[in-house]
Amino acid sequence: MPNFIDRRLNPKDKSLGNRRRFLRRAREELKRVIKEQVKAGKITDVDADHSVPMPSRGASEPTFQPNRNTGRREHVLPGNREFSAGDRLQKRPSGGGGSGSGTDADEHEDDFQFVLSREEVLDFFFEDLELPDMVKLSLKETTAFKPRRSGFATTGSPTNINVGRTMRNSYGRRIALRRPSRREMEALGEEIAKLEAEMPLQGSHGSRLRALQEELDKLERRRRRIPYVDPIDIRFNRFEPQPLPNTSAVMFCLMDVSASMGERDKDLAKRFFVLLHLFLKRRYERIDIVFIRHTDEAREVDEHTFFYSTQSGGTVVSTALEEMIGIVEERYPASEWNIYAAQASDGDNISGDSERCASLLRDHLMRICQYYAYVEIIDERETDIFGSTDNGTSLWRAYRTVDGEFPNFQMTRIARPADIYPVFRKLFAKQPTMQLRK
Amino acid sequence: MERRASSKLLFRGSDWNFATLSRAYDAIETIALDELNLSVYPNQLEIISSEQMLDAYSSVGMPLMYQHWSFGKRFVYEENLYRKGRRGLAYELVINSNPCITYLMEENTMAMQALVTAHAAFGHNHFFKNNYLFRQWTDASSILSYMEFAKKYIAKCEEHYGTAAVEAILDSAHTIMDQGVFRYRRPPRLSSEKVRERARERLEYEEQTFNDLWRTLPPTAEGSDPSEAERDASERKKALKLPEENLLYFLEKNSLILDPWQRELLRIVRVIAQYFYPQRQTKVMNEGCATFVHYTIMNRLYDQDKISEGAMLEILQSHSNVVFQPSFDDPRFSGINPYALGFALMQDIQRICTEPTSEDRDWFPDIAGSGNWKETLLDAWANHRDESFILQYLSPSLIRKFRMFQLSDDANDNYLEVASIHNERGYEAIRAALARSYDLGANQPDIQVVDVDLLGDRHLRLQHNIKNGVLLDEASRDATLRHVRHLWGYDVSLAGVEAETGDALYECSTAKYA
Repeated sequence: MPNFIDRRLNPKDKSLGNRRRFLRRAREELKRVIKEQVKAGKITDVDADHSVPMPSRGASEPTFQPNRNTGRREHVLPGNREFSAGDRLQKRPSGGGGSGSGTDADEHEDDFQFVLSREEVLDFFFEDLELPDMVKLSLKETTAFKPRRSGFATTGSPTNINVGRTMRNSYGRRIALRRPSRREMEALGEEIAKLEAEMPLQGSHGSRLRALQEELDKLERRRRRIPYVDPIDIRFNRFEPQPLPNTSAVMFCLMDVSASMGERDKDLAKRFFVLLHLFLKRRYERIDIVFIRHTDEAREVDEHTFFYSTQSGGTVVSTALEEMIGIVEERYPASEWNIYAAQASDGDNISGDSERCASLLRDHLMRICQYYAYVEIIDERETDIFGSTDNGTSLWRAYRTVDGEFPNFQMTRIARPADIYPVFRKLFAKQPTMQLRK
Repeated sequence: MERRASSKLLFRGSDWNFATLSRAYDAIETIALDELNLSVYPNQLEIISSEQMLDAYSSVGMPLMYQHWSFGKRFVYEENLYRKGRRGLAYELVINSNPCITYLMEENTMAMQALVTAHAAFGHNHFFKNNYLFRQWTDASSILSYMEFAKKYIAKCEEHYGTAAVEAILDSAHTIMDQGVFRYRRPPRLSSEKVRERARERLEYEEQTFNDLWRTLPPTAEGSDPSEAERDASERKKALKLPEENLLYFLEKNSLILDPWQRELLRIVRVIAQYFYPQRQTKVMNEGCATFVHYTIMNRLYDQDKISEGAMLEILQSHSNVVFQPSFDDPRFSGINPYALGFALMQDIQRICTEPTSEDRDWFPDIAGSGNWKETLLDAWANHRDESFILQYLSPSLIRKFRMFQLSDDANDNYLEVASIHNERGYEAIRAALARSYDLGANQPDIQVVDVDLLGDRHLRLQHNIKNGVLLDEASRDATLRHVRHLWGYDVSLAGVEAETGDALYECSTAKYA
């Protein structure tokens, strides 16, 4: 007699811990893969592509393995039909032994992929990026509450009575206590009236009438005792205060779309904003994004126009700043909004306007913005020259003066798609200390 | 008559319960022990669900296993295949332990449960208990308690030193598991729980009382006798018992940087590698034995009217799926199926013993026509591994039946050459070549520790003895070497030396990564 043991009720998922460990490990690897993809210049894909496959090599377990493309070996295979000893067979062009001597397992291993959702990809993408100065240092700190319906209450103000629920309770109670209905009463009344009409009354009719009268009286007393709507039936809508997150922010994207901005420059700027856009969409529960593009005049446009339509004309950068100031005054009072701005440009500006830009920043924008980033797109050949110096376009030099004055102003140059992500990280890296607005 | 026959049936329909399982077991046991003369460990049959089956095989088939991410990876991989329907679950899993544990899946029909019982609880069980490799190299009675110890010990280390630290050691140890077995020297028996407990307590005491403050000498290796500096290299190697083929063993004993608990982890990995080594050497025989046993027993039960025709058909269908061998040019081909080859070999032995042809009499004078196939098989199961078994018993008729042919493959040549086919001139060559292909010792890279200067730069020198010009895959070789370096603590280099000529073909070192 063998020993039978029923293990079906034993805890399942014995390997759950192992799987967790593996996924934690895979996570690190995926992060690396995604970062590399971004560096390779596929930023826009991040939004489009919803999955990233990862070959199992990421969490590889190397061993000393024979290289199948070297040396001499022998295979014994089943199923010969046509060969005789001494036949020579052309190898398959793929190289290797041309025989299935166990290579299958390796191939299967490579098929093993992770498919990440877009959310997961973005999580990796934005991990440990943080907008600086997330906390608004103002009255906005007080959390706002918004009432939200949540069930019913037995007490409340008359305006909040929930009629449907109240009537339902009342109906149930009336049925349970058998409150005489109007129809019942009317039927009885009619019968009495009929009997009374049949004068003169015979004996049996008389007693019948009395009984009916008594019955009617009883029902009427009962009806009076059991009200149609009783206070205990009444239900009120119940509201619960729900805290509103204090993360309302507005992001201004300013871009030069004039003729001096070539396709390449625009593309780089676009990528920067796409990244920014993605980032902000994740960071803030509620975020408004304002797109302002400018040539010699500035205009607020929608996202699609901002990224995908073309325009030509001269360049007056300050128009964009003025437009932004106007929009802030009109719709985004600085007392209620966290204001962020990023400006992308090739640095070209009409002469004399750059100083005006700098003073607009100094006098207005830097006092209302949490953060202002200026990204200048330069030619790849200029990287070496301008990468480290303060020389450059008039706009760059003018902004340089602002840079020293305000800690919440950042400026940088990019020349290649691969530059964007590191720069982005630098601009929005977690700040060691919170910076007060001046 | 009809009624009597049907009343003998062990079970009807496909549902099973414990009573029918037990009835079938008893009938199978009678045939296995009394007719086939099998000798088995006591059986323990466990019913599990499909999820538990996945769990079980992702932890290399052990009921108790320490935690490691690679098992999680295997689970995710297997589950993926299973869910996509690309691979079915095994019907059974059996563990070389005493008592022998067999897992039965609850989804199986009763006919399958009977088949699995015969296959695993008797076929595999007999093989584990009687094959010389298992008898000499594994210790079925203590493996489960050892695994329990290993699991607890590793969990405790994780608690104490952190998961990351433990994982780092295990990762590195796993990469050289294949180089962590003794191939020719019998490993020491697993010590009993008590001895292990005492050794561990001693270790812990040493750790607690050790204080680095009192160390007056710089950390050096054991045997840092000053006179050793003058000894020549050969004496140095002798002191360390070099060359050493078991890398894990060498590192466990000689690494300069490992703490005692880290050495214990290496030991655990090594013990498990060693435990599974015989299974890898006897895949064809083990599966062949189990398949032959279930086939014989099931047919016998059918002859005794204990299994209905319907159940027998189901069993035969499942059996023929298992022993299906596609041809080399079939898209389903993925090497020689060990079940097919093993089963065919054993049936062939039975045939040679009972109905030999004149050819068989020439090739197998000892057994041809002896009629004693049971004894012949029992002897073969006990005393061979795949390589020697094929070399001894692969008959010309079986080579013809499989239409086997031998290909020579030289990487420098654009052509494969058909070296021999299933004819008079080819039998010997094919048999020898097929046997060689099952020789793990010959097919696995032969890598040994050859030298290390403990007083000098402590550079660990490994040598890869290259056979037939087969080199190592460079990417995984370098990655593996980095893991060896991690365990050794100093630079490690690997030299590839042609085994026949002694020519050095390559040399690589971890120094460039430092």
